[in-house]
Parts: sequence; structure tokens; C-alpha cells
Amino acid sequence: MDIPNLNYIKELSGGDKQFEKKVLTILIEEFPMELDRFVDNYKKMDYKKSAEDVHKLKHKISILGLVNGYHVAVAFENELKLESNSLYGSFMEVMDQIKLFLKKVNPS
Amino acid sequence: MKCLIIDDDATARLIVRQLCEGFDSITIVEEFSNAIDAMKFLNADSSVDAIFLDIHMPSFSGFDFIQTLKSPPKIILTTSDRNFALDAFEYDCVVDYLVKPITKERFDKAIGKLKNFKMPNQQDTSKANADSESTDELYVNVDRRLVKISFSDINIIEAKGDYIKIKTNDKSHIVHSTLKKIEDKLPNETFLKVHRSYIINLSKIIDIEDNSVLIKQDIIPVSRSNRSELMKRLNLL
Repeated sequence: MDIPNLNYIKELSGGDKQFEKKVLTILIEEFPMELDRFVDNYKKMDYKKSAEDVHKLKHKISILGLVNGYHVAVAFENELKLESNSLYGSFMEVMDQIKLFLKKVNPS
Repeated sequence: MKCLIIDDDATARLIVRQLCEGFDSITIVEEFSNAIDAMKFLNADSSVDAIFLDIHMPSFSGFDFIQTLKSPPKIILTTSDRNFALDAFEYDCVVDYLVKPITKERFDKAIGKLKNFKMPNQQDTSKANADSESTDELYVNVDRRLVKISFSDINIIEAKGDYIKIKTNDKSHIVHSTLKKIEDKLPNETFLKVHRSYIINLSKIIDIEDNSVLIKQDIIPVSRSNRSELMKRLNLL
């Protein structure tokens, strides 16, 4: 299993700490909201909206360097579009990883 | 080049903006989280040269957006979906298709394409201009005289505050102008801006070392963001 990391963000920043701080601040702010939205829609069994939520979360997964997690999200999004949900557990494991990581990370 | 960013994801907009920082020639004039607001902006300001456009946005996709524009500017699509690539290139205005997360290397390549990309109507215009105008030289105003300079004689053009210094093999001309203005007059295939203060004639390079090029006796700095474009333009063995 891959581990969330800031390699991509640091590579883009080229040492620009302001940029790193801004990206992390947005991630910390938006990720829980987007995840909550997904969970709500999933509970309502609105798979179309859930797939859109996963699509949006997918970018954050990739920013945090989770290559396998990203593949899980891509497969899960496609699955949801077909009204199927076998990858829900795997996807939520990735979400839990990110949740934990963002709790520990300090944007400043 | 005046550009817009349209993406419903704030992180994605921030990343594209950061990637653009490396290019002096790109100015992000505005960013939008939805296509509707961008359309309103474009209706009021038609001077936008290019748009970084997300495909997958709620209610109004990037493709919907392109279709609503009468004369769309150049578009670089940004998306987390690889599946739309074929659809994307059905539009004449689409320059490139970037899959998120966008790497710096891939972005630099897209900007290189953007600079050289000619819209179908621009191709017609440039051909018409080529028919009616000579493209081998330009006239510059030096001490109230219009001096003809052949492109092939130019080695380097250097920005000097409100002036530019055009260096040929045997002369230097100081002209009241900007690098941007002269860059637009020069043939793309021969000249390249390698640094915020320098445009060089690629055919005059003697050698290249790390972050500089040697032209005649001048060592010209090459900025990190322009290095990959320079390397692409060379006939490397």
C-alpha cells in the first residue's frame, strides 16, 4: 500500500513555501467536505452523484502521491457509473489514509 | 499571452497558476470555478489568448463551453480522465490535453505547443501577410532613421529597461521597444526567448553549457523554464 506524501507538491513548488501552504490549506479545508458529500450521496444510493464526487476526490488522491489509491478511485468511479459498488471498502481505506495524513500535516 | 483558468477544483487552479509562474510570456488574467462566469468574462473581454480548461465540471462541461464560444481562443484541456483525448482533438482550438496530476515537464511541453500553435484562421492570416510582406527583415527606428535589419544578421536581442539592444555581427542598435513587441515580429522557427531579458537567434549558437549559451563572445543566460524548449529546438545527436 502506498503512503500519502508531499513529493508532487514540493516538486511543483520549487521551494515556494507560500504555494505549498496554499495547496495544503485547500486540501485540509476541502477534502473533508468532499468526502462528506460523497458519503451522503452514497448512502442515498445516488451512484451518479457519488461517481462525480469520487472524480473530484481522485485529483486530491493523485496530488498526495497515492498511485494505487488513484487506480482504486478510477475503478470505483467507473463502477459507480454502472451502479455497482464492490470497491467501496477499498476506496474508503484510501480516504481514511488521507484523512489521517491531513490531520498530521502542518501547512505552515 | 493573456490566459484564463477554468476549473471547479481550487487545488487544480492553484497548480496551473503555479506552473504558469515559470513563464514570463504567460499572464493569468482571471480564474473561474465554473464555465458560465468565464463566458460572461469572455463576452466582455475578447483579448484572451488561451484558456486552461477543465473538462469535467458540474452542469457545464469543458466541451459544452467550447461549443458555446463563437471564436474560441487556444485551449489547453486539463482533466483527470484519459478517455476524452480523442474527442478533444476534434476541436480546432485545442492545443493540448493534460492529464492530472500535471507534471512540470508535461506542462512545459504544452506551453511550447501553445506558443507555436496556429489557429486555422491565424494560419490563413499569416499566409496572407507572408504574401504581401517581406519576412526576411524588419525596420527599426534608430535616431529618427528607419534602419533595415535582416533577421539572419541578428545574433541577440537584449531587454534594457524601456529599450532593446539588437546585436548583429558587426553592430548594436538601441531601439525604444520591448522584447515582447519584437518577439512578435520575429520568425518563431529561428528565434527563441531563452530568458526574460534575452531573445537569441538559434542558428548563431556556438555552444551550450548548463544554463547558458554562447553566441559570438556573449554568454547568454537560459532560464530554467525555457531550457526544455531550447533543447527541443536543437538538432541533437
